[in-house]
Amino acid sequence: MTLSADEAARFAVVLEDHQEALVTAWTERVASTLRGRLSHTELLRQNTELRRGFQQALAGSAQDLSGEPAAELRAQLAELSSTRARQGFSATETAVSIFAFKDAVLATLDAQGTTDATTLRDYVALSSFVDEAALFTFDSYVRVREELIADQAEQLLELSTPVVKLWEGVVAVPLVGTLDSARAQVVMERLLQTLVDTGSPYAIIDITGVPAVDTQVAQHILKTVVAARLMGADCIISGIRPQIAQTIVALGIEFGDIATKSSLADALRYVLARTGKKGR
Amino acid sequence: MSEPAQRIEVVSDQDVVRVRQLVRTLAVAVKLSLVDQTKLVTAASELARNTLVYGGGGTVEVGPADNGRRKGIRIVFSDQGPGIADLDLAFTDGYTSGGGLGLGLSGARRLVDEFDIVTAVGEGTTITVTKWCR
Repeated sequence: MTLSADEAARFAVVLEDHQEALVTAWTERVASTLRGRLSHTELLRQNTELRRGFQQALAGSAQDLSGEPAAELRAQLAELSSTRARQGFSATETAVSIFAFKDAVLATLDAQGTTDATTLRDYVALSSFVDEAALFTFDSYVRVREELIADQAEQLLELSTPVVKLWEGVVAVPLVGTLDSARAQVVMERLLQTLVDTGSPYAIIDITGVPAVDTQVAQHILKTVVAARLMGADCIISGIRPQIAQTIVALGIEFGDIATKSSLADALRYVLARTGKKGR
Repeated sequence: MSEPAQRIEVVSDQDVVRVRQLVRTLAVAVKLSLVDQTKLVTAASELARNTLVYGGGGTVEVGPADNGRRKGIRIVFSDQGPGIADLDLAFTDGYTSGGGLGLGLSGARRLVDEFDIVTAVGEGTTITVTKWCR
């Protein structure tokens, strides 16, 4: 049931005339659901703003949330969800803040003492409008959270692929976690760039932190090794644990003439022996 | 007392990771050896990725298996994809219709104790694998 122009106008008046009582009642209800995790002043400010948003939308005879008169209100709701999401409130806590508006309106109507059928019908219509607003905050909340997760995934991608210099002319890439196509691409780019920057003839790819080496992971590693070779660098794969070795054999993956070692230390010793430097 | 099989819808790369984690958790729970855990997880990874890449997505069910003498893990991969026309060719090491190494299907068969495949062109593929505790 949508809000008719008359109903919207009547509520715009109620919201305007009883603004203080309304905001106080609303803030009290929201505060009790958030259990003091947001200061009272902050809530009061948010709710005062939102009340104005609702009032303006209704005064502009908004029949639902998607129309032009409610544009300002939508922006406010999106802003609210975004702040709450970043402050770590749950989606329910965010939406309940809006739902509580209905209780506050009801309390105001009760205080007025008008209990006829028109008021009831009006209230039900307003109620569905508020529900829409709450669902909108829910949607925005989820969207903000998804953005946060995407950001973090990107940061993780950056974080998890360092290329370190182990020795003069020897760089190492300690791989940790799942090696999917996106990460493999980042690893390859970083490694090749580091090879150019440092002029290292040797690179060690350490897979101690990779929980499972399947054909996709192996293929990514092989491609990286071939690319490094094209640039004139030799790759050694280290960190091959017994269970990984047995799995690779059963899978039938061939590492060809690529040197593989069980530990990073072995790989470094191997490289130093080949370059004729002394290392212990 | 056998727990019910857990089901994962495989529609993205992340789901393949979830399959791997679930298989590892259950494999640890039935006390598979470390080598067998790794083998099973790797096989599950291969087959789940096949379900995703060649089957166009599907479901993976992971549950405990018990034949009275031994306990183990049974995993069922099913998709409604194009199916496999030539099984002998598909199980040939090094053959791939995609861009992989061509070892996933044949390799996975070598990594598990029991391997059963039901496929028909146009009707999808269902693969059931079991790994028993030693």
